[in-house]
Amino acid sequence: MTTAGSPAVTTNVGRPFLGGRRFSLDWVGAVPFFVYVVIFLMLPSGIVAIGAFFDANNAFTLENFVHLNRSYVLKATIDTTIVSLITAVLGAIFGALLAYAIVTGNPDGVLRRMAVSASGVLAQFGGVTLAFAFIASIGPAGFVYLFAKSHGFDYYKDSLWLFEIPGLDLVYLYFQIPLMVLVFLPALDGIKPQWREATESLGGNSWHYWRHVAGPLLFPAFLGGVLLLFANSFSAYATVNALINQSQPMLAQQIAGALSSEVGAFEPGFAKAIAIEMIVIVTGVTILYTVLQRRTARWL
Amino acid sequence: MAVGTMPAKTRSVQRTKWLKLQVYRYVVFALAGIFFLVPLGAMFEFSTRGNAGQRTLEYWRSIPDYPDLTTAIIASLQLALITSLAMLVLLVPTMVWVRLKLPRLTRIVEFICLLPLTIPAIVLVVGLFPMYLWLGTNVSDSILTLAFAYVVLVLPYCYRTLHAGLGAIDVKTLSEAARSLGASWFDVMWRVIVPNISNAILNATLLSVALVLGEYTIANNLLYNNLQVELVHLGRDNAGVSIAVAAAALLFAFVLLIAITFVGSRRRRLHPESEGITGLGVGPVQGSAG
Repeated sequence: MTTAGSPAVTTNVGRPFLGGRRFSLDWVGAVPFFVYVVIFLMLPSGIVAIGAFFDANNAFTLENFVHLNRSYVLKATIDTTIVSLITAVLGAIFGALLAYAIVTGNPDGVLRRMAVSASGVLAQFGGVTLAFAFIASIGPAGFVYLFAKSHGFDYYKDSLWLFEIPGLDLVYLYFQIPLMVLVFLPALDGIKPQWREATESLGGNSWHYWRHVAGPLLFPAFLGGVLLLFANSFSAYATVNALINQSQPMLAQQIAGALSSEVGAFEPGFAKAIAIEMIVIVTGVTILYTVLQRRTARWL
Repeated sequence: MAVGTMPAKTRSVQRTKWLKLQVYRYVVFALAGIFFLVPLGAMFEFSTRGNAGQRTLEYWRSIPDYPDLTTAIIASLQLALITSLAMLVLLVPTMVWVRLKLPRLTRIVEFICLLPLTIPAIVLVVGLFPMYLWLGTNVSDSILTLAFAYVVLVLPYCYRTLHAGLGAIDVKTLSEAARSLGASWFDVMWRVIVPNISNAILNATLLSVALVLGEYTIANNLLYNNLQVELVHLGRDNAGVSIAVAAAALLFAFVLLIAITFVGSRRRRLHPESEGITGLGVGPVQGSAG
């Protein structure tokens, strides 16, 4: 009877104390996960980060980074930046227009749900299949081209641009636009109809509303979308490699080229240096994106 | 008098605005529909084209005649299976355990799981390259070893999906109830937690399968012939067959993803708080197409 209701009995039984704190083996349960990610995520990342500073004989060197100013790497960097910029800006504009068309409909409607699901799928849709889809449609044997040509519009008259950088711009838009829709919809959802009514009751028209109210509020979200899209296409590899395999115009292909022993010299250290160049650019852009997202979140 | 005419005038202004908006919407949807559907439809058109302009399933029928292709298809399916299983075995117990016993680790586990989104696959490959050289000479050079890397690749998507699933149930109460009734930790996991998040597990599995079947970058650069790598090889000789297979793989992935949306929306009706269970476009949106 005396022990009844005494919580101390139940909490202390069988628990060894170490310096007054309970010694727990709970952490053991998380070990397999951490071991796995250390081996297959941290180790390869570390190999890239550290390996870039060593040569073939494991001696410290900055040579790998000096090679980054080789003309073909510089050209690939510039071309990749331009492609990413074009597809990011165009993707953001078209994506924003599409998102606006979606958001002005019924918020619980079938159309909206379908558009959002489709965007989720298409934003991830890249690589070989995407390249094939464009080759099968507007490629030199695709039905769109055959139809256009038979009606006197031969859009490959000057060059087979689908397999060059302009083609890449077009193909990348296929996953950039849906990605922008996903990023921009929440921002548009945050715009309240009352703001428009307030503008109108103060005598403002549509232009005033977009120029002074909705525009400034949405701009950070839009810019953030551009940055995310930029990072997305900057690091893309599968699509361009399936589409353009004669030359290696993109930076990601230069990384693969330096890894592969088929194309001239096998330069793993150099591959790591280009990989670091890519990571620095992509991470920098992604951090800016996160900052802008926070700024958007303040108002919308 | 003027007051009486005002509402009618504003109504007509509103009406014109509304009409303009509807025209804008339908034009945009029509253009988007053309841009997104024509390339997909063209794959089916292209792969069913006959020599004399007729429709034929010749390309589709000749898929089994390409032994390299069938080997690659089988390898990719096996990889999808192994990756999904390994991902579940690694992720589900860890996430449950962290929720129950190690809440301080929640942030770090989340950070690690989402990390692969910020590392482009082509960069990861550079680090994996020497590791797979070593694996190839010392352990096994089987294509199935790619599953090690693929688990990392699917980690972010599966983490989000499972996180949403676990968030919708009360893990702590359920497991304490089971433990107090004498269940072992294995029983708690297998007979209490898993059945309660079965939808999230199914979604995570389907996402992994879709991602693995579409993977090209890692396999190509580690010199393994999975489905996508073989499609590119074959595409140079016989575009018809390789586009047929690509279309088939795409159909398969679409069916999987539609299944996710279906399961997801059914679950959402039951548990409104578990919105966005599909893992696609949840949390910080990030693309990894390309």
